[in-house]
Amino acid sequence: MDEEKVREKLRHFICQELIRDDEYQLSDQEGIITGGLMDSFSLAEFAVYVESEFDVYIPDADLTVAKMNTLDQMVARVMRDLT
Amino acid sequence: MLYPATRGGFQTLLDALTLRPEPVSNPGRPALIYLETGRPAQNISRPDFRRTVLAYGAGLQALGLRPGELVIIAHTQNLESIYTFWGALLVGAIPSMFPTLTEKLDASIYMENMKELVRLSGVAAVLTSDEFAPQLRGRLSCPVYTSADLTAAIVENDTAAFRPYAAPPEEIAFLQHSSGTTGLQKGVALTHEAVLNQLAAYGQAIALNPRDVIVSWLPLYHDMGLIAGFILPLVQGIPLVLMSPFDWVRHPAMLFRAIHDYQGTLCWLPNFAYNHSARRIRERDLEALSAASMRLFVNCSEPVYQESHQLFIERFSSLGIRPEMLTVSYAMAENTFAVTQTPGSQTPVLDIINRARLEEELLAAPVAFDHPEAITKVSCGRPIVGTELRIVDDGGRPLPERRVGEVAIRSDCMLDEYYRRPDLQPFQDGWYLTGDRGYIAAGELFIVGRSKDLIINAGKNIYPQDIEAIVNEVPGVHAGRAVAFGVPDEREGTELIAVIAETKDKTLLADQERRQALIRQIRQEVARQSMVTLSYLKLVDAKWLVKTSSGKIARAANRAKWLSEQGRR
Repeated sequence: MDEEKVREKLRHFICQELIRDDEYQLSDQEGIITGGLMDSFSLAEFAVYVESEFDVYIPDADLTVAKMNTLDQMVARVMRDLT
Repeated sequence: MLYPATRGGFQTLLDALTLRPEPVSNPGRPALIYLETGRPAQNISRPDFRRTVLAYGAGLQALGLRPGELVIIAHTQNLESIYTFWGALLVGAIPSMFPTLTEKLDASIYMENMKELVRLSGVAAVLTSDEFAPQLRGRLSCPVYTSADLTAAIVENDTAAFRPYAAPPEEIAFLQHSSGTTGLQKGVALTHEAVLNQLAAYGQAIALNPRDVIVSWLPLYHDMGLIAGFILPLVQGIPLVLMSPFDWVRHPAMLFRAIHDYQGTLCWLPNFAYNHSARRIRERDLEALSAASMRLFVNCSEPVYQESHQLFIERFSSLGIRPEMLTVSYAMAENTFAVTQTPGSQTPVLDIINRARLEEELLAAPVAFDHPEAITKVSCGRPIVGTELRIVDDGGRPLPERRVGEVAIRSDCMLDEYYRRPDLQPFQDGWYLTGDRGYIAAGELFIVGRSKDLIINAGKNIYPQDIEAIVNEVPGVHAGRAVAFGVPDEREGTELIAVIAETKDKTLLADQERRQALIRQIRQEVARQSMVTLSYLKLVDAKWLVKTSSGKIARAANRAKWLSEQGRR
């Protein structure tokens, strides 16, 4: 799967499931947690989704606000381990 | 074990087991095991705990802290905050745990709230981290001490010469700060006597025994975390396995790993945590884990959903979790903690009642499960020893069984006062009116709602007017025309927060870019100024909001309108 595909899947998942606003135009660099769009509970949900959708396991140490606050960061982390 | 029958030997929290090197009944077991993701567990024996808190007491005394002085402890959850709390008790000061600043929260707003608290409650000192202290200093009228200050005071002073304060049992031991509208948090003042009465009675209600191990991720600034997940185990001599709520919320499997590793038997969780655990733990994080050592999970602090218990059992029965382990307690800071508790040997009683009659007649009338108006309520159990419970009407008159009214309590573990708030009189004819609505059936308490518009989101009490005040200040929102309310969510197992905000600018609603910019700004402001995240945000024009004849915005009517637009009720 290429990076753009991953990005669009993640963007759709985050807007639909975590922000609960289909129309929201999530940009690549905006702070999703620090911007109040989703709470830190959602990081755990994000991890479950990434594992089931891409078969990528993100270890707990990487599931932090500092490391997973933007779509760019999330995409990069998934791409790193995507086989 | 401290039960009502054996309570006699203990006059204050300082007499309790924490100050004894080793409890005879339980030698060699740790006082505390502290867990953090990515770090080795810290195992603290009871003698070590005792030595450390005495040193902290000596250090705090050297810093100038005196009996009866209020001290605020504002740390992220860590061992230092625990030692400081206990050290302050030893000095005879009145400690109170406070949340710390998070990544999202606006620092200046947090500081302003702290400044108000210091001024209104006469805070003698704030103890906080080295990083945070410089920001607080200069803004507060009381001293701010860092970890480094305290460490230096501990090193310089001779712990051996330190003598703990001899507190009279009727003196205030500590404060629990209940949430309140901005800047006016209420300090629930609890005496040594009240706290010990609660620990003894609650210990009996859950059949606490020397083989128990408590596992908790709860924050210590919340009554459930402070009492059940901190003071109860340390006083009763039960090992406590503790982690930080910030860590747990992102890595929910760590609770099950802790239960497995330390043979946990007791765990308190607000309802949302059952859903969070069931939905957001990855299968591989549970591999080879067992939770069969557990005796009780206690669902507490927010309305209990039967569906959440079912979800939890479906997901975790393979780990050895059985339905009868899932119990319920109704609790509040004003009663120190627990008011009721369901027994540990059976699943909580379910009451299937008629929703229409509940709403129209304020009567909990039983119906068959397949009745079109059937709803299921989960029992909170019977009152613990020493606590009385009744349901009263608007005039304060007691109501019979199955009649819905306000829950009133009277007990020997009740708050002494709201600290330095003589304007707030908590009691009416000796009864504390809780603000919760419920009914009693066969002696068991069922909660159906609240008298006020309070939202309980993930165990936190949120006042809608606080959220509305923030939204009203955002440029583009018609000031005074924002409404916030809670929406029960079965998937999350808690109330989510919805906001509807009116804008005067008609062109904005049609312009996707500008509309989006306003949505972004509102969400950002709520996150910066409060501890919550909005789940739903709707911008509307001047015609949408329902107003009363006097022009006020009616929360319940707007909530009903929004829900019906969503096809919900």
